[in-house]
Amino acid sequence: MRTATSLAERPGMQADTGPAVAAAPATIVAFPSARPPIGAKLKSLLGFVAERLLPPAIVLLAVGVIWQLVCSEPGASLPPPSQILNDSWELIANPFYDRGGLDMGLFWHILASLKRVAIGYAFAAVVGVALGTLVGQSRLAMRGLDPLFQVLRTVPPLAWLPLSLAAFRDGQPSAVFVIFITSVWPIIINTAVGIRNIPQDYRNVARVLRLNPLEHFTRIMIPAASPYIFSGLRIGIGLSWLAIVAAEMLIGGVGIGFFIWDAWNSSLIGDIIVALVYVGIVGFCLDRLVALAAHVITHGTTSS
Amino acid sequence: MHKPYLSLSLVGKTFSRGAATTEVLRDVSLDVAQGEYVSIIGHSGCGKSTLLNIIAGLTEVSSGAVLLENREVTEPGPDRAVVFQNHSLLPWLTVYDNVKLAVDKLFRGTKSAGERHEWTMFSLELVHMGHAKDKRPAEISGGMKQRVGIARALAMEPKVLLLDEPFGALDALTRAHLQDQVMAIHARLGNTVIMITHDVDEAVLLSDRIVMMTNGPAATIGEILPVPLARPRQRVQLASDGAYLSCRAAVLRFLYERNRFVEAA
Repeated sequence: MRTATSLAERPGMQADTGPAVAAAPATIVAFPSARPPIGAKLKSLLGFVAERLLPPAIVLLAVGVIWQLVCSEPGASLPPPSQILNDSWELIANPFYDRGGLDMGLFWHILASLKRVAIGYAFAAVVGVALGTLVGQSRLAMRGLDPLFQVLRTVPPLAWLPLSLAAFRDGQPSAVFVIFITSVWPIIINTAVGIRNIPQDYRNVARVLRLNPLEHFTRIMIPAASPYIFSGLRIGIGLSWLAIVAAEMLIGGVGIGFFIWDAWNSSLIGDIIVALVYVGIVGFCLDRLVALAAHVITHGTTSS
Repeated sequence: MHKPYLSLSLVGKTFSRGAATTEVLRDVSLDVAQGEYVSIIGHSGCGKSTLLNIIAGLTEVSSGAVLLENREVTEPGPDRAVVFQNHSLLPWLTVYDNVKLAVDKLFRGTKSAGERHEWTMFSLELVHMGHAKDKRPAEISGGMKQRVGIARALAMEPKVLLLDEPFGALDALTRAHLQDQVMAIHARLGNTVIMITHDVDEAVLLSDRIVMMTNGPAATIGEILPVPLARPRQRVQLASDGAYLSCRAAVLRFLYERNRFVEAA
């Protein structure tokens, strides 16, 4: 592509020869597109495995072996991996069973938690971007609201729970509210910084074009601030996943948090560890999902 | 004598921050005819960019007025399209979409979707950028970005095209090439152009008149030099042309003898 652009940069009179010039690099491009031999493909695959998959696999194995050795002694307070596999095998092998009541597979618990997170986080995203835009755009709004935000954002998520239980008189909306209030602050603050950092040039473009406020918001402000907005959204999704487990422990019902609490009450330590692995993997997937959305929407201008 | 197309009368601008006030421009008066190419030249800090922003409507005057076709300029608008110094293309849009944004906004009511596409492509072809329409600004060179910036401004069909040191950030060869393209476009479309520059050769080569600014604070127009060279102009032939050289010498004398740049203490 580099060749194509530099060739096409010639003076205007030669513009008519554009197609001919453009055709030349095409033959060069044709060379690497020839199919590489199977051997080379296999080699690069092996290289990927050796470089990316082997190191974490070795670390995982080492941790497992050490754990097994340390916890195998009689009187150890935590079970070794072999015992977890043995005790909680049904939980690991079959996440989809449902025997009514709260006796169901981890998939259903995770799904219930994800639903709460989805609702709370969606509210947080909308409110956060809206308030962040207001604070980023208006100096007066910033002076009025920023101190409030700075204080409220340091309140630990669970501290909101009693208050929301008192307000909503029900566990379900309270949990959703805790998710909302936990994840909204980084979204507000990052959006505000992003809006404040929009270069004056872009605002001038909007003014010369006489974009109306809605067009200015959708065509200039949101795309220009989107790298910041998405970093706020990423922090927010991580925090809401942190908060849901704690909130569900107190609220009860179906959900991964209550599942862990219930397992603790039944002394099923193996189940707790399996659930923790699930929580970690789901949290990781949520983070990557938001990062992927950021990458797609901002055309790769945000680093993931 | 007919009325001037664009007219600045006794324009002054004072910036104030707290108790400190700085008078940047004082009593700037200038008449520009339709189709004329006027350059504004001066040392850095003389307020020439402020003057351009005032004509664009991006900065308000403190005193005096700017009239375009006998109507006072009070806010920015597409009839005074600006090509910004650092191109200011929107990086999340392709080259095509950057121009299309302006075309869609201005001609939504008057042109059909097909016509708007045609007009966008026509504007890009004017600066020979049609081949890169699907690239993003980060993927093209500085000179190409500036060409797209010019295409976006031209697509607005402005009454006055305002160029704010459009070639300042480019290397000498790219700059010369772009100057030729701007001359060709000016010859073809007959736009009224006001260009800020600090390059003496650029000013003489492109302009019908050169407005020379005195040093700030309280800068004003020191002298206006007509450039009596026939168009189309060829830079190579002009390099040894007597009239060209005397214009060039006049600007240099103004800038380096009578209004030497004084380093702020």
